[in-house]
Order: sequence, then structure tokens, then C-alpha cells
Amino acid sequence: MASQLQSAADQAGDEPALVVIVGTGLAGYNTAREFRKHDKTTPLLIISRDAGDFYSKPMLSNALAGNKSAAQLVMKSAQTMASELPASVRPRTEVVAIDTAARSLRMHDGSAIVYRDLVLALGADPIRLPLAGDAAADVVSVNDLQDYECFAAALDGAATVAILGAGLIGCEFANDLLARGIAPTVIDIAERPLARLLPAEAGDQMRAKLEAAGVAFRFGSGVARVERASRGYRLQLLDGTTLQADLVLSAIGLKPRTALAEAAGLVVERGVKVDRLLAASQPHVYAVGDNAQVDGLNLPFVLPLMQQSRALGATLAGKATPVQYPAMPVVVKTPAWPTVVCPPPVGSHGDWTVVHDDAQCRAEFFDAAGALAGFALQGAATAQRQALAARVAPMLPALLD
Amino acid sequence: MKTYLCIVCGFVYDEAAGMPGEGIAAGTLWKDVPESWACPDCGVAKSDFEMVQI
Repeated sequence: MASQLQSAADQAGDEPALVVIVGTGLAGYNTAREFRKHDKTTPLLIISRDAGDFYSKPMLSNALAGNKSAAQLVMKSAQTMASELPASVRPRTEVVAIDTAARSLRMHDGSAIVYRDLVLALGADPIRLPLAGDAAADVVSVNDLQDYECFAAALDGAATVAILGAGLIGCEFANDLLARGIAPTVIDIAERPLARLLPAEAGDQMRAKLEAAGVAFRFGSGVARVERASRGYRLQLLDGTTLQADLVLSAIGLKPRTALAEAAGLVVERGVKVDRLLAASQPHVYAVGDNAQVDGLNLPFVLPLMQQSRALGATLAGKATPVQYPAMPVVVKTPAWPTVVCPPPVGSHGDWTVVHDDAQCRAEFFDAAGALAGFALQGAATAQRQALAARVAPMLPALLD
Repeated sequence: MKTYLCIVCGFVYDEAAGMPGEGIAAGTLWKDVPESWACPDCGVAKSDFEMVQI
């Protein structure tokens, strides 16, 4: 592939020809795949901090039940991706600086690359609580394949795991750990699981079903200290109670990786600020996936990421395509109580209407005008997902010409 | 009857179960699922699915 890059540079003269994607997660590789559907010849370089193998991050929080090793979660190796796309994939390479005026990147080894267009698909880092105690640094989080490999290895011989955070990832891991015969305890300062996504009744049902399956919860208090104990760890909660666990997993949310963009002078708010074309504040720079704040929204889920990848793939191929978001339900992979939630837009006014029994829960959020603006479905009611999603207004509708 | 895995998000299509909620009857073979069908969890096209051996 090096010769392909070289010959492309020769042909282009002064105008750089190379499209560079930084990141080989779902955002980076799917943008590459979508770009290649429109343009099979422009040289494409994809830079990865890790091995560059293609895997699906959402699968990390339900891989134990399938008894999957990290190696088995690799869908395609970096080499396979490189030959299928085609593209040059440079693994174990860190981009340390971007010069947007010169349109160049500097790598950790001092080498430099000039780009035609640059796509930042760096993802997000787990948020870490400021914990006290001599074992605070032993708290793990699972944010990529390598993390999962370490986590799965650390579970050998473990009987109990404390999970910090009862959000989507925390609940998914709790459910998944049951498959390994491990007793999870989930701790959250909120009053119920998925408190930011679900109405109270649906959250309470999630709690009841997970408890029935073997998950323990401690609500209304956070963790203050993590200390080494004779076996595993001793957690001290803010309410003064304690808890023993063989392993402590933190799952309290994600923070977009924006340091590189910020240092390059790009506008960064929650994520790298981009418009509906995924274009950042300087020409020829784009952002996609968990590190992007698109038209004000940072949504670290698969559906928006795929919508972004499709639009950007076309834009990079010369067909400017603003991203559109339909209603995008989020699946919570908790087999003990299957849940799909389509949260109402932030700041919308209205009320939840909830109907539930032991087998299902159907919650609909109607806005002030009486329109369906969001929903949550659980158990048997999850089958109604498509029907309800079709009735919710798009989050980012098509732009009128 | 076989199952198919979405390589993007891990969604599994089980031919035996179908997806009655989306109008795909139980027992519908993967080859008979419309080409226009997209993964309900992540929206990828049918061509991005991969077969899982069972």
C-alpha cells in the first residue's frame, strides 16, 4: 500500500490526495466502508492506536454470556480490512499533532503525513470517579477490546464484582456477569437503574427483573474509597456502608476524546464541534462517532454513528450529504429484561404514560402538543419498537434545499 | 434453521424466530428476508450481516 500512497502523491502534484481517518473503531471503519461504496480509487490511510482489528464495541458488554474471548470478538483483522476496503491501515500509531493550515499530521515517531481530508474518529474515554483509597487505581473499565481481554482474565476465580454506575453499560455488564456465575452489585447515586433514560416505572421493573436474576443494587449513594482487602477489595460508600468485591468495574459514562482537536485549535465543546456535514471549524477536518458533537448533539450510540458514517462517506466522495437522524431507539442488552428506549429530545416538555404488567412495559412520552416524542418498551412490548419509532419525529430532519 | 450476526452491533437474526414485530414471520429464511431490510439495532444493510455457524 505504501507504493499506492506514493504514486498517488506523485500524480497529485501539490494538491494532497490522501484521505486520512484516525481511529479504527466502528466510526472509523464504517466511514471507510461507506466512502469506498462511492469512491474506490482515492488513496485512504487509516491510523490506529491499537492493533486496528475490526470489532464491535457494543458486543463487549454481552460477550461473557456467549463465552467469547477477545480474539473471537475480532470480526476482521486489520490486514483483512486493508485488503477489503482497500486502504492502508497503520496500527499502533499515535497521532500527536494536527497542523490544519499545512494539512499535516505528526506521529509519535516523528513522521508526518499530508492529508486532503482528515476524519477524526477517536472515540471516547471512560469517565473516572475521583476515588480515594489504596486500590483506586485497580478499578477497571471496559472501553475497548484490550480492556475486555484484561477484564475477562481478571474474572477467573472471581465470585463478586462491584459495578459503579447503573446506566446502560453498567446494567448490561451486570446481566452478562450472571452468565459466568458471578454475583454483581451495582452502585449508583440515583434512585433506580437507567435513571436518565427511563421513566420511574420502567426503571423499577428493570431493577426487579435484574434482582430476580441475581443482581444486587445499592442506590442513593456513590463510592468514596476502594481499598485492598484480604480478599479482593473493600468499597466504602458515601452513606458509610461497605461492600466486598473481587473486582471493581467502573461504568459511569464516556467523555469524548478531544485533546488532539483542541490542541490543533479546532472548536471543541462537549465533543469536536461539527455541522451537519460533519465538518469541524477548520477546512478539510471532519469528526464522526463518539468524539463528535454533531449540530449540538453528542450521542455515543451505534445508530447515530452509522447515520454519520453514511453521510460522511458520501461527502468525502464529493457528494455533500448532510447527516439526518431518524428517531433512534437505543437497545439495552439485558436479556433478563429486554429494553428499548427512544429518549425524548433533551429539554422537551411533556409527560410519560406508562402501562405495564409482569410481562411487559410500554411507556410513551407525549409532548405539550400531544405528539409522541419518545418511548420505552420492555419485555414482550419490545416487539412494538418499529411501529412506535415510525411515529416519533426525526431528531435531525432532512434539510430543505 | 440458522442464525445470522450483525457484524456492527451484534444483533442476531434467528430464522426460527423471525421478527414478527417487523412483519417477518417465524421460520423466514435469511435469503427470503427483503434486501431492503436493515438491522433494527444499528441500521446496517442486510449485506453487512454475517452468518454464524450453529
